[in-house]
Amino acid sequence: MASLREIKTRIGSTKKTRQITKAMQMVSAAKLNRAQTNAQSYEPYTQKIREVVASIASSESDSSHPMLESRPVKKTGYIVITSDRGLAGAYNAGLLRSLIETINERHQSEEEYTLFVLGRIGSEMLERRGFTIENKITGLADNPAFSDIKDITRDSVQMFENEDVDQLYLWYNHFISPLRQDVTEQKLLPLTDLAEENDSNQASYEFEPSEEVILEQLLPQYAESLIYGTLLDAKASEFGARMTAMSAATENANNMIDDLTLSYNRARQAAITQELSEIVGGASALE
Amino acid sequence: MQTMNVNVVTPDGRVYDGDVEMVSVRAQSGELGILPRHIPMVAPLAVGAVRLKEGNRIQLVSVSGGFLEVRQEQVTILAEAAELPSDIDVARARAAKERAERRLDAAKQDDVDFKRAQFAMKRALTRLEVASGSDS
Repeated sequence: MASLREIKTRIGSTKKTRQITKAMQMVSAAKLNRAQTNAQSYEPYTQKIREVVASIASSESDSSHPMLESRPVKKTGYIVITSDRGLAGAYNAGLLRSLIETINERHQSEEEYTLFVLGRIGSEMLERRGFTIENKITGLADNPAFSDIKDITRDSVQMFENEDVDQLYLWYNHFISPLRQDVTEQKLLPLTDLAEENDSNQASYEFEPSEEVILEQLLPQYAESLIYGTLLDAKASEFGARMTAMSAATENANNMIDDLTLSYNRARQAAITQELSEIVGGASALE
Repeated sequence: MQTMNVNVVTPDGRVYDGDVEMVSVRAQSGELGILPRHIPMVAPLAVGAVRLKEGNRIQLVSVSGGFLEVRQEQVTILAEAAELPSDIDVARARAAKERAERRLDAAKQDDVDFKRAQFAMKRALTRLEVASGSDS
């Protein structure tokens, strides 16, 4: 059995750890709240822009745009959203593992894909594994603004327009509940599923100056806004995952402190008993 | 007087929501005035101030990178950035303007940087205009 002093130090340090994990859990809960509010305030924008794009895309006219059509795939782009900081349970690890598996499965050589990474953990890990990263953004705020990620959104959408990549996928953790986030792959470009979403009460628009010009502008903006929406979703997941991980850690610390306190008391009791029996033994030797 | 509902929406949230009598915007093809019962329409907007007429008052909103969508009695402006005069950071806009001025002096005409600076200049000027309440 460990000495009394040893156990006491361990209890102390576990208590300190618990304090940290508990504080972090609370901070994450507050941030999760904020992230969810953000996602909510973003909702009207994405909904509106989707409505307009869908109604243009499904209109009778024969106008087309490269972003609406699938072409033979020579190169695939992946946008990977990870966090900047750890201590979020399996948030990053799970995502990166299935991403790497998928890439190895789908692609023979490095020529066939390109990576855009958000978040320090993801970019460091992928670089360590020898992946080349086309563009990355790290050090994002907890409540990222649309302009913060313009670099990547512009870049990736532009690469699709220039036919440098023929497909764009988003990889992120989709927020379901604070306890559950699912690794999700979403196809961003080309936008093939839009035309099917034909609402009957959609107005048919007059276009000023012309439909082509509007598609030219609206589609990139739409794709960029989708990436941003996904980032907000991923941020909410991050805080949810961190909150859950930290509450589990706090729980573990509690259990550990209980166990340690128990063995501390046992050791203390044993020491007292021993001392007593020594005194009794000494006294009886004198008689 | 008939009114229509106007929404100005950005990725960071709704900026304006209210009933107005007239909307005037600078579209890429020129100035546009929208009155209630306008035919459904979509038009890309230039960087500029949007004027919303609420009775006797004119509400200005600075908008960049946006779209105008008109449906019956409902106008939506979708923009990458939009601010009401009270939300504009005047010091920041002024700094942006000065920065853009320096870049315009330094850069060559056909440079990408030149175009970028021009855009930045426009955005800064629009914000300053809207913040000061004058509409040009």
